Amino acid sequence: MILSVLSSFALVSGLMVVRAKNPVHSVLFFILVFCNTSGLLILLGLDFFAMIFLVVYIGAIAVLFLFVVMMFNIQIAEIHEEVLRYLPVSGIIGLIFWWEMFFILDNETIPLLPTHRNTTSLRYMVYAEKVQSWTNLETLGNLLYTHYFVWFLVSSLILLVAMIGAIVLTMHRTTRVKRQDIFRKNALDSRRIIMKEDGRDLSRREAYIYNEYISFGSPRVSGFETSGGALECSLD
Amino acid sequence: MIIDTTEVQTINSFSTSGFFKEVYGLIWIIPILTLILEITIGVLVIVWLEREISAAIQQRIGPEYAGPLGILQAIADGTKLLLKEDLLPSRGDIRLFSVGPSIAVISVLLSYLVIPFGYRLVLADLGIGVFLWIAISSIAPIGLLMSGYGSNNKYSFSGGLRAAAQSISYEIPLTLCVLSISLTCDSSSTVDIVEAQSKYGFWGWNLWRQPIGFLVFLISSLAECERLPFDLPEAEEELVAGYQTEYSGIKYALFYLASYLNLLVSSLFVTVLYLGGWNFSIPYIPIPELFRINQMAGIFGMTIDIFITLAKAYLFLFISITTRWTLPRMRIDQLLNLGWKFLLPISLGNLLLTTSSQLVSL
Repeated sequence: MILSVLSSFALVSGLMVVRAKNPVHSVLFFILVFCNTSGLLILLGLDFFAMIFLVVYIGAIAVLFLFVVMMFNIQIAEIHEEVLRYLPVSGIIGLIFWWEMFFILDNETIPLLPTHRNTTSLRYMVYAEKVQSWTNLETLGNLLYTHYFVWFLVSSLILLVAMIGAIVLTMHRTTRVKRQDIFRKNALDSRRIIMKEDGRDLSRREAYIYNEYISFGSPRVSGFETSGGALECSLD
Repeated sequence: MIIDTTEVQTINSFSTSGFFKEVYGLIWIIPILTLILEITIGVLVIVWLEREISAAIQQRIGPEYAGPLGILQAIADGTKLLLKEDLLPSRGDIRLFSVGPSIAVISVLLSYLVIPFGYRLVLADLGIGVFLWIAISSIAPIGLLMSGYGSNNKYSFSGGLRAAAQSISYEIPLTLCVLSISLTCDSSSTVDIVEAQSKYGFWGWNLWRQPIGFLVFLISSLAECERLPFDLPEAEEELVAGYQTEYSGIKYALFYLASYLNLLVSSLFVTVLYLGGWNFSIPYIPIPELFRINQMAGIFGMTIDIFITLAKAYLFLFISITTRWTLPRMRIDQLLNLGWKFLLPISLGNLLLTTSSQLVSL
């Protein structure tokens, strides 16, 4: 019974992904498809893969879709749209997909085909219990890291390429942008940043007078005279 | 264990005997309801604890009018929220608005399935135990996005996006720390993880085997629960109340509940993964009764186990409540910076260290 409930929800949600008017609803039905498929995987005994579906598909991919769909100003589809104009191409693709499904399903196990003989229910072999009863995770690790390690490394390289692509698309042009470094600014010392015209640093007295200029507007020390020309400031 | 009989399963979707098998499975409703009752009482206790501890930190008296010492304050709050008017935004998406808080609560409640309070006191001893929590906590950002979007309020929407970004950012260091624990304990089942920490008493805790992982897990789980200092989605000054702005009445109570439920499940997971679970941990004391006190069968042993688990969980609760009322809030860019650029490399390094130490020990 659970199988029929989960399968029917998955099929209906899949249909609603295409038929929902609001794109946010569409992505949420997409999430529902994954939830139901995860339940179907649990029924098949693949508990680890069900959790992977939840983490990867719902937790990462669907959240990504939701971010995109929610932030863009996608207009809600018109009520009186012409659905029939999609029928030729989508009909052909649908027929091809339906034809491909028969490569996977064995003819004898489909109860409704006219070639079916005895039983009235779907049957499948539980291969996971014919051999040593490892957990799903152990089985996956035993195969993925030994016999098929090349595919594992190739898939990690593909993910690396995707990550670098994302960084390249969103990186700031750091050469033209001026940014502040707060810690550096706090560490500036006025004696070192102000330089006289002939390249000498300020003496202690001159630095004190400069500070007085800045704080009070005029020096309070009498007989003030600079021996060079203008002062140069360097702030970096 | 080699099982050599082939089993052919039949999916009896059209016959009636499958229905009776599922009716027998309904006996599980009793432990589930017991756990839900315990969790609800736990949440009430945490709300009271938070009030009392925050009052002590801020040098004032906490709740004192509802019940003795203010114990019934949480029930009073809940009743008030139950009786408030349930506002719906007029142009928001009503269905998304209503379903959002439920998804947040459901995903947190499902995580309680794998927490062991004792050796046989776990609802579901799954082979993939802790990974179930990781997987189901990945569904929570969906609820937050739905609530933020359905509120028809740009501040709620922004708060919902930030909350979802925060959740998915801190899931990764959390997952990597849990993965390191699974590597250390050779199993993902929570019962196996606690059993693996039971050998040397106090010194057998995963806290000593994975100190970096412990710190990263603490910070990441505080961020997942959206507690201060990672409080920005609910920030009162920046975003009114983030994604919770338009909520009133029982839906707001659901968010409140989800926050405390998440805190409780995180503290229980810290107990199970790092602090040794239900083991009473004084090693090598020559008094045999004291050392074997947690192996006593029967109700007394189980009660001691539950008590020890809750006492250890209280430590993390106390730390997180104290942190909430002492540290200032982080900005969203500082928060995401911490998650992606600091905790993620550290947890990856922790994983690397763990795998190399596993290689050396083998």
